Amino acid sequence: MEGPARQLITVEDLRKSFGHAEALRGISFSVTPSSLVVIIGPSGCGKSTLLRCLNGLELFDSGRVHIADVTLERHDGTVPRDLRHRLRLLREEVGMVFQSFNLFPHMTVLANAAKAPMVVKGMGRDDAETRARAVLAKVGLSDRLDYYPSQLSGGQQQRAAIARALTMAPKVMLYDEPTSSLDPTLVHEVLQIMRQLHDEGMTQVVVTHEMRFARDAADRILFMHEGLLVEEGPPAEVFGAPRDPRTREFLKSFL
Amino acid sequence: MIALPAAAGLPTRTPLRRASVLLVLAAALGGDALSATDPLRWGADSEGGAPYVFPDPKDPRRIIGFEVDIAGALGRELGRPAVFVQNQWDGLIPGLLRGNYDLALNGLEITPDREQVIRFTIPYYATSEQLSVRKDESSIHALADLRGRTVGTLKFSLAQRILEAERGIDIRSYEGQINAYEDLANGRLDAVLMDWPIAMYYSRPNPKLKFTGPPIGHLEYGIGVRPDDARLLNALDEALLKLVRGGELRRIYETWGLMNPETETLFERLVHSPRALEEFTRTLTQERPWRARVRQYIGYLPLLGRGAVMTLVISVTGMALAVTLGLLLALTYLYGPRPAAWASRAYIEVVRGTPLLIQLYLIFYGLPNIGIRLTPFLAAVVGLGLNYAAYEAENYRAGIQAIPRGQSEAALSLGMTQTQALRHVIVPQALRLVIPPVTNDFIALFKDSSIVSVITMVELTKVYGQLASTYYDYIGVGLLTAAIYFLLGLPFVRLARWAEARMAVDRLVPVSARRRWLGVGSKPASG
Repeated sequence: MEGPARQLITVEDLRKSFGHAEALRGISFSVTPSSLVVIIGPSGCGKSTLLRCLNGLELFDSGRVHIADVTLERHDGTVPRDLRHRLRLLREEVGMVFQSFNLFPHMTVLANAAKAPMVVKGMGRDDAETRARAVLAKVGLSDRLDYYPSQLSGGQQQRAAIARALTMAPKVMLYDEPTSSLDPTLVHEVLQIMRQLHDEGMTQVVVTHEMRFARDAADRILFMHEGLLVEEGPPAEVFGAPRDPRTREFLKSFL
Repeated sequence: MIALPAAAGLPTRTPLRRASVLLVLAAALGGDALSATDPLRWGADSEGGAPYVFPDPKDPRRIIGFEVDIAGALGRELGRPAVFVQNQWDGLIPGLLRGNYDLALNGLEITPDREQVIRFTIPYYATSEQLSVRKDESSIHALADLRGRTVGTLKFSLAQRILEAERGIDIRSYEGQINAYEDLANGRLDAVLMDWPIAMYYSRPNPKLKFTGPPIGHLEYGIGVRPDDARLLNALDEALLKLVRGGELRRIYETWGLMNPETETLFERLVHSPRALEEFTRTLTQERPWRARVRQYIGYLPLLGRGAVMTLVISVTGMALAVTLGLLLALTYLYGPRPAAWASRAYIEVVRGTPLLIQLYLIFYGLPNIGIRLTPFLAAVVGLGLNYAAYEAENYRAGIQAIPRGQSEAALSLGMTQTQALRHVIVPQALRLVIPPVTNDFIALFKDSSIVSVITMVELTKVYGQLASTYYDYIGVGLLTAAIYFLLGLPFVRLARWAEARMAVDRLVPVSARRRWLGVGSKPASG
């Protein structure tokens, strides 16, 4: 194990219940800078909840999340007094991409990407749009700046959503099943962007069912089952020689 | 014309000549068969106030007034018990024509316009208009002093026509005299011009007010009967003359403190002048031809146009207030701290659950009691705006709740605060969603604005009322007014459709493509 000082994300004993249902039953893991971590597991295992806890869209009941310089800690369901402030700091470091894109339908692609820097960081329109153009060029949407989301293909929409998150210059990108609602022929273009970001040194945590992508592109695999982190390691180990029977059972269905 | 024996003298059904049989038959079908014990049904408005016909303050179940006494005296003369039939004053003549009662006896001034529709008996009372001002007022002594002043009067009255003939007066026409004199006392009006009997009962006793100037104008009250009811008309005329000659009418007026020089002169004239003169003046009036009617309607248009402009201004301003306040209410309700959210909810429920008319009365006549004196225009806009804000708040709430959760999550995950997410992401989308219901409400408000005529605002419906009641043409002017409402509302419906299509969140066209369609942007150089 590497020392905590070198980790960009540290999660300790995260617990979360919805009523009587325990979604997370004590999750701990860490992520080194510039790595691509893929979380896999059967539906309802808590992987989406875990991801949403990392940027505060879901508030965990107890445990500790440390990302970059921001720490969110909670015990016995007490609410920290500066929670709102910490959540904002956290979200400025963490970008998020959703399964259903959630682009703002009333704005053009350019405005979608330029809005948050203007509103949150107080950037001028020109600066924000310059930055948005650069990021949109990177995801291959330079010719779609004036389009509205409804006029784009699913793959284009998801690339726009990735660009929108990137304009905030986050240190970490989270993806919640980014290709699950895409036509199979369009999955590739989104995964390609994630590979490209990996090459540039972006730290990424991905919840996905794309096993080939997980095996080929990830640095580490986390396998979750019923709110527990059952197995973790490099893809070669997890896919090649899974130690836990539950991992073996899950992977069998993808062969 | 066939003259029948006077109704009063006819005992029971006796064999009649052939021509008369038909008449009696027709009368029987009409429901007023000739009989000594048939009640004399007279129509009046007991809300009109003292001293005419009004509920006895000591026992509101009893209706009293000098006209109640006159009706009683007439009934005794004719040998038929007088039965009071309540009818709104504005509608006294239509009610008479429909046969709700046999005669209208309620301060009806004899005018040529009315004589085209009904027939009047000889006048039973004469009076003039009386100007009232506040005690401390010293610059108003006559009509000429009213220029540039705000003057109140009763709608559709002679006083209103006198004021309108005088230029430069800001006229406020009221439904009832109480509100007018109250507004004079509290400073909203500079003067009030009304029939002298009303002034005697409502202005004179008020320590804050005083009479000023000489009597203005001259008016005579007559009893209205249906044009085909010549028999009753003659009977009433004879009975009235008897009451004048016998001094009973004078006693009634003296009891009520209403005897005046004008009536004194009237009595002189009635006793000495032959009845034929009255007959003659009546035959002067006749049906207007078709062409003249059309010309007349065209003549109404400028008046109706002015009313329509006022209706538009009130509606648009009121709606602007409603959509703004409505958004605040909805946001407070959905996202505000608990007490504020409750207050907003309570506001919405109370305002939606109470009549707009009462809200307007409270704002216009109630607020001056706590020192807030709004002009009629402001009261109208505020009243409509506050009322419709409650409905708009519910529209917004539905709109906001219809925006998928993912939108707010995306905004938050980009680092926006809840407020920023609302302002830049949620509300702009919700606004597009609520265009159809808000348009709907605007059309409703547009038509509801007619209600502000009760707080002396002269808008389209008020103009309609004035014209219709002056010319007794409720159908023609009514259709004309309805058409104006419809035509005025149409552009707003079209505008909303256009905005809806243009702003539809999921039907947008790229900016560049839109520019191309509109022919702006890069244009190829000619040549």
